[in-house]
Amino acid sequence: MALMDKHAVLERNATLLLVASFAVVTVGGIVEIAPLFYLENTIEKVDGMRPYSPLELAGRDVYIREGCYTCHSQMIRPFRDEVERYGHYSLAAESMYDHPFQWGSKRTGPDLARVGDRYSNEWHVQHLIEPRSVVPESIMPSYAFLKDTPIRVEDFSTHLIANQRVGVPYTEEMVANAEADLTAQADPNGDWDALLARYPKAKVGDFDGNPQALTEMDALIAYLQMLGTLVDFSTYDEAAGYR
Amino acid sequence: MKYRTELVGVGFATFLALLGAAFARDALFQAHMWVLFFVLLGGTVLLLRQTRWGAAAAEPVQSEAAYMDGPIRYGAIATLFWGIAGFLVGVIIALQLAFPDLNIEPWFNFGRMRPLHTSAVIFAFGGNALIATSFYVVQRTSRARLFGGDLAWFVFWGYQLFIVMAATGYLLGITQSREYAEPEWYVDLWLTLVWVAYLVVFLGTIFKRKEPHIYVANWFYLSFIVTIAMLHVVNNLAVPVSFLGFKSYSAFSGVQDALTQWWYGHNAVGFFLTAGFLGMMYYFVPKQAERPIYSYRLSIVHFWALIFLYIWAGPHHLHYTALPDWAQTLGMVFSIMLWMPSWGGMINGLMTLSGAWDKLRTDPIIRMMVLAIAFYGMSTFEGPMMSIKAVNSLSHYTDWTIGHVHSGALGWVGMISFGAVYYLVPKLWHRERLYSLRLVTWHFWLATLGIVVYAAVMWVSGIQQGLMWREYDDQGFLVYSFAETVQAMFPYYVVRAIGGLLYLIGALVMVWNVAMTILGHQRQEEPIGGAKPSSQSGLQPAE
Repeated sequence: MALMDKHAVLERNATLLLVASFAVVTVGGIVEIAPLFYLENTIEKVDGMRPYSPLELAGRDVYIREGCYTCHSQMIRPFRDEVERYGHYSLAAESMYDHPFQWGSKRTGPDLARVGDRYSNEWHVQHLIEPRSVVPESIMPSYAFLKDTPIRVEDFSTHLIANQRVGVPYTEEMVANAEADLTAQADPNGDWDALLARYPKAKVGDFDGNPQALTEMDALIAYLQMLGTLVDFSTYDEAAGYR
Repeated sequence: MKYRTELVGVGFATFLALLGAAFARDALFQAHMWVLFFVLLGGTVLLLRQTRWGAAAAEPVQSEAAYMDGPIRYGAIATLFWGIAGFLVGVIIALQLAFPDLNIEPWFNFGRMRPLHTSAVIFAFGGNALIATSFYVVQRTSRARLFGGDLAWFVFWGYQLFIVMAATGYLLGITQSREYAEPEWYVDLWLTLVWVAYLVVFLGTIFKRKEPHIYVANWFYLSFIVTIAMLHVVNNLAVPVSFLGFKSYSAFSGVQDALTQWWYGHNAVGFFLTAGFLGMMYYFVPKQAERPIYSYRLSIVHFWALIFLYIWAGPHHLHYTALPDWAQTLGMVFSIMLWMPSWGGMINGLMTLSGAWDKLRTDPIIRMMVLAIAFYGMSTFEGPMMSIKAVNSLSHYTDWTIGHVHSGALGWVGMISFGAVYYLVPKLWHRERLYSLRLVTWHFWLATLGIVVYAAVMWVSGIQQGLMWREYDDQGFLVYSFAETVQAMFPYYVVRAIGGLLYLIGALVMVWNVAMTILGHQRQEEPIGGAKPSSQSGLQPAE
């Protein structure tokens, strides 16, 4: 076969082999990934979506650090049982400010995409300290140490700036108030008006049962309690968002 | 003056690590820099003890004709060391899932241990096996010494440093949460540097080859090195919060981030765990069987088809998610097409034994390699099947995926690596043979039993849990709460840990066998299948 004989050219020239095999492996990625940055239904804006408040972002960082994604997904598939169990299927827009995404790949524990508002703060504290005291069948590790680990407030605005650089629309006002917002959100006596104007629907007040200290437990629960609560599906236009 | 440059380099890096610890912006980065400091300090001390300050003339000149086997010997030992570490952590986290009280917060919780297990097995065990064997194969098939002098040593030690930094980072809580790409930005940058050096050594050796043709194993190794470089750089694009802090935020978000990650993730499987190990197969199977590769044409077709198709398969990890439908379908179609080149490779490997099948009785090493190829064929059938959307709707998010990964990792990657190391050790240390072939047989059966137990149990648990999640009663209500489906997994998780333990014990038998071989011992034993038919029947050949 003539084509096969031509292959000898590649076998004799390392540079050609390198270039050819590299060219071959780039095609798939370009065709599949590049359009996602332009297609309407992957970059649509949905009412209600906003960047994470500083406390939620800090909580999300704890979620990532502890590897919660190894057992919990945040992506509800459009199946009857999943929608009944977890709520409306997940939209692309709902993770538009997620750097990185937390869709997960395994459900050793349940999906968390809409866990917000499902349980009380007290339940979360108890569950994170001793999971089996509230869910006897649970195999989740204990995260009691979060209650004793303070959040580092100083320089937190640098986290918002890094997010700005990757495209999250934090305003200069949000960056300037990052440290103040971080403390105010979990302060039961805090002045929340400005915070709620910047981050609508943010959950405020003490989360971990200890109003004196701002801990990682506060942050993680503030994050969990807002998951999936931003989009109001009673007003969401299903047909327009069809994928 | 031997090692002077190296000493200055490592000493300077040690000082930089100390500065990093001193000026760190957060506690985790500080802790990680202390780890780096002490590791490099140890390296500096070791180098100091070996550095000779006398005149350079006293150095024996390394002959260009001799192969460079030092980094390969170290690589073979590192492969086994990290293999045991990875398997052990695997057994521990398997037990954590059955008995959650084994989690020790914060450092040894499942969420931090799981990336430790996956990285240890894929990158530490698999990576060292790939680097060591590729250095061995490229020299023999090019009839040339490794290019770049001591650069190969930099690749070896630099890669070990990457492993240590990644592993300690996970336990400290330093992770990007990108599966199989968890290390943070500074560790990623270091790996990029090491990987470029690896490419230079490998490609440089091919450039100065004395054979006109580049052997097929080297095509696979080369495309593995190049593609991993591309995937690693693109997937890890991120903006650090501070250059003196550990935290970074991914350059992409949501859908784009998800597909970039699984484009990487699936091709970590496709190129790291498949193309690289196919390179291993194309050298070590013909060598051990003492037969040429079955079909040269098949290797050409299967090489180009495999590397072209694999890259497209990533979206099958995102079926029914917010990823657009067309991308999911494309991923599924290409995954199914991928079945063909995968089986082309399997056929090429298996049929290489044509005329040498009797060796299966007498040579446990070839038996191990054949089992590896059989598991490769099994996994590359199971994978395309699971990528079909209807199947995936059941299998996704369940243990079935975990079982599939392990039949590939334990069966294909593990067994072909064990076979290659068994082949290499007597050659590298100039021993007549292995310490014991009977122990290889023990290893073979322990590992095989472990894999079969593991995969079978995960099929049952995965399919059962998937079905329980979607089970409705007559009135149209969901039958099971999520917690009930977790509880139902308990017996499977216990048996799975036993399967993993068998595999670990097999690997420990191997370590013993290899160590005794290196030390120069030979066990007196009956040859396997040694009883010849003639002596059994009492007939004597004519003199």
